[in-house]
Amino acid sequence: MSLKVLVADDEPNIVVSLEFMMKREGYEVLVARDGRQALEAIRRERPQLVLLDAMMPGMSGFDVCEAVRADEAVRDTQILMLTAKGRDTDVARGVGVGADAYMTKPFSTRDLMQKVRDMLA
Amino acid sequence: MIAASLVLGVSFGYLSLLFAIAAFGDRRAALGRSVIDNAWIYALSLAVYCTAWTYFGSVGRAAASGVWFLPIYLGPMLAMLLAWIVVRKMIRIAHTYRITSIADFIASRYGKSPLLAALVTLITVVGIVPYIALQLKAISAGYHVLTGGPQAPGLPAIAWWQDGTLLVALALAAFTIIFGTRHLDSAERHEGMVAAIAFESIVKLVAFLSVGAFVTWGLFDGMADIWSRGQAFPELRALLRLGGESGVASFGYAQWFALTLLSMLSVLLLPRQFQMMVVECVDEQHLRRAAWVFPAYLLLINVFVLPIAIGGQIIFGPGRMDAETFVLSLPLAHGAPALALFAYVGGLSAATGMLIVETIAVSTMVCNDLVMPSLLRLSGFGARAGGDLTQQLLNIRRGAILAVLMLGYLYFHVAGEAYALVSIGLISFAAVAQFAPALLVGMYWRGGTRAGALGGLLGGFAMWAYTLMLPSVAKSGWIPVGFVGHGPFGIELLAPERLFGLNGLDNLTHSLFWSLLANVGLYVGLSLWRAPSAREASQALLFVDVFERGRASGQASPVFWRGRARLEDLTTLACRLLGANRAGQLFEEHAREIGVAEVRNLVADARLVDRVERQLAGTVGSASARVMVASVVQEEPLAIDDVIEILDEASQLRGYARALEDKSRALELATAELRAANEQLQSLDHLKDDFMSSVTHELRTPLTSIRALSELMLDAPDMEVDQREEFLRIVVSESERLSRLVNQVLDMAKIESGHAEWHNTDVNMAKLVENAVRAASELFRERGAAVELSLPDQVPLIRSDPDRLTQVMLNLLSNAAKFVPAKAGRVGVVLRTDGDGLVVEVHDNGPGVPLGEQATVFEKFRQGGDAQNRPPGTGLGLPICRQIIDHFGGRMWLESEPGGGACFAFRLPLQPAEFKKRREESL
Repeated sequence: MSLKVLVADDEPNIVVSLEFMMKREGYEVLVARDGRQALEAIRRERPQLVLLDAMMPGMSGFDVCEAVRADEAVRDTQILMLTAKGRDTDVARGVGVGADAYMTKPFSTRDLMQKVRDMLA
Repeated sequence: MIAASLVLGVSFGYLSLLFAIAAFGDRRAALGRSVIDNAWIYALSLAVYCTAWTYFGSVGRAAASGVWFLPIYLGPMLAMLLAWIVVRKMIRIAHTYRITSIADFIASRYGKSPLLAALVTLITVVGIVPYIALQLKAISAGYHVLTGGPQAPGLPAIAWWQDGTLLVALALAAFTIIFGTRHLDSAERHEGMVAAIAFESIVKLVAFLSVGAFVTWGLFDGMADIWSRGQAFPELRALLRLGGESGVASFGYAQWFALTLLSMLSVLLLPRQFQMMVVECVDEQHLRRAAWVFPAYLLLINVFVLPIAIGGQIIFGPGRMDAETFVLSLPLAHGAPALALFAYVGGLSAATGMLIVETIAVSTMVCNDLVMPSLLRLSGFGARAGGDLTQQLLNIRRGAILAVLMLGYLYFHVAGEAYALVSIGLISFAAVAQFAPALLVGMYWRGGTRAGALGGLLGGFAMWAYTLMLPSVAKSGWIPVGFVGHGPFGIELLAPERLFGLNGLDNLTHSLFWSLLANVGLYVGLSLWRAPSAREASQALLFVDVFERGRASGQASPVFWRGRARLEDLTTLACRLLGANRAGQLFEEHAREIGVAEVRNLVADARLVDRVERQLAGTVGSASARVMVASVVQEEPLAIDDVIEILDEASQLRGYARALEDKSRALELATAELRAANEQLQSLDHLKDDFMSSVTHELRTPLTSIRALSELMLDAPDMEVDQREEFLRIVVSESERLSRLVNQVLDMAKIESGHAEWHNTDVNMAKLVENAVRAASELFRERGAAVELSLPDQVPLIRSDPDRLTQVMLNLLSNAAKFVPAKAGRVGVVLRTDGDGLVVEVHDNGPGVPLGEQATVFEKFRQGGDAQNRPPGTGLGLPICRQIIDHFGGRMWLESEPGGGACFAFRLPLQPAEFKKRREESL
């Protein structure tokens, strides 16, 4: 059974690239366009890993992460937070709400894939 | 008839209650929770004005002469109208210079003259002791009415030790000694005493109102019933009219005026009023409430005077019963002994309240201004002799209290039934009215001198004694009455009640006229005749300008003293009169205020001498304090020039102080401005931070796609062509987005920093709008949208930068094109003149802007719509447009109802502000 990965980002072109990378690796890919969709998808589909954009309209990635960690049923979901804001405070915030890993945009596709593989290993 | 033992028991029970209240007040004061620091208590304590003379006498007066009891209460009401001006100044002066009696006040004003203080004290004693006797008589008479029944007149002869009046007098002496001489400094108030007096004011009011209600509604059917039944008696009809039998024409205006004036003065000048209103006042602000509560009190206590007076005469028959006892005899005769007893307690409270306060006030004067000066002359008691005098001083004051009360009792005993006592209330008023010129004028007129005050007081007092006191003594049968009618030695011109042939006035008005005429005449005449001495002039300044100069500790207030003093001498003196504790406190406080660490390092300068003297004044009166201080220091005589010099110094100091204040205020202002500027900078910095963070985010987002997709293509040379093409297309479009963003960020930064270039020319907006729409027509065709353009025939030219305005137009048009529905879009562009401006509107039939986003569409990086369906944009277009329109003095706004399309519009003024300004400058 293939592993499920959820891609949550509001930038369509970034979704395109992430979706392509994950599919090429053989994962089953789900897509969410904002925070609310992402949370719903996590609860419904129980993906093993979420690639979560920090800055989404409505519910931000930080909010999603917090909600996931607070939810008994899905709290073990691996979360890799992606953000276009590279300040230290943003990293700290991501870790603070319980993200497993954190990468800044633009990222190196190889580094990202390595990280994903490590996390799912 | 009520058993004597019950009346006595109730009387002493009531007195015990007073003791308890006073003790409670003192205990609370010791705990620092004053009960009298309260405007209501203050106002009630002023009602000590209403004595037994009011309580019993008003009814008597009303029964004899109708409304003539009223001026006695109208005067105080009028006086209270001036309270905030006159009484507040008296309070401020008294508190600033630690003045504790009316004698002290007058003496202090005229150079702290011991002679003047003694004179005022003597006048007070002569004028007030009979008044005290009157109160004792009222208690005694009330007692006999209650125990002997209404028919028993006069005093049965009894041994003195059985005399309840004496016992009451002694009990009151004990009360006054306990609560009036706790400590020496009268500036420290008699808290317990004031609380007890306020309580007494309530008791007498309630008691009198109860009797009034009993008579009006219990014995009659309301006031109207009393009036109508009173009409049946010709004697009573007259009472209800102002002018007596012959109508209004014969109304005694002069007498009415005299009585009102008299009571107006006495409410300020009676020793007990001065004590309560000025000395015991905790807070000037209490005056505000007292100014209406006290008159209201007087009004209330007078409501039932006429009903009781007339009702009593209807019931007993006119003239058949002493009207002064109606308050007691009416309830007693009609089966309400409990009410009669209560009424008696009310009368007792009126009498005791007066006795207590009057005794404290008079004994303070007697002690400070009669006994002390004599003692100071005795060797061994002088200021340089050793030993703590505080206990002795207290004993002297206690002795004075006992003496004053016993003097009153003696007077009552000897002259109990005499005419002199019956009319003594008004005679006392007339005596203290003699203080008015020296005290009231002296507060406002610097020119008043000691000689003037002495002359005025002596002249006025002599006139009073001759025209009012002597005749009343004569009418009592103590001296031959003949001289009243025909003048001494048969000289008609000197007849005391028709002096110099002045006819047609009643004896009181007559006396008041002559005494005040002599008083004011001598006061003003003598004051103008000789210039004041330096000390008088300096005291006059301190009094008249008390609000400007009086601050007790203000460095800038002048101190009129020159000479040399030794700290040890001052310390010894203070210790003797204040006690070691209070003296120590005094010096420590002074040291703290002027910033000297050790008391022994204090320099005995003028300010310290002044401070010690003020403190002593609170204890022994300012005149005695002056004498004592002068005896331990070496003073240089003060000349008028010195006074002026000291004043100059003080005003210079005040000037410096004010300059310093101004400077510090300016500094504070500058600090506040700096702080505000700093805050603004910080918030700007914060804004810039936010902007940078947003820009970074916006730049990284397209970069992310570009990098990721490029890397993916690089890593997968075998990628399908379709896939590769799609990726390349994304890379290109994201690159375009990136460069657009970079351009706009730079544009924005330039405009915001003011470095943008503006090429202003005269612009024809109609043409500009038309061109912009034509340039955007390709966009609309792609979306299948229809554009409707509405231009006026004539448009005034405006001064502006056409490129920038085109930029704005294109931005609005492309926004509209982005948001209209595909194939069914309709965009309207309108240009119109609007007053002195031009308005451009671009509206579309798109989804409109949600209410929640309308406020933020012009902010940076706030793109409309959701990310998936949103047409490409940077989030900087509208903010830039608004900046441009703002630059030309215009305004840009959005009108949109969700679902009803959006309308972006801007208005440009025909003459931008900067052109206007330039034109104005050139004119």
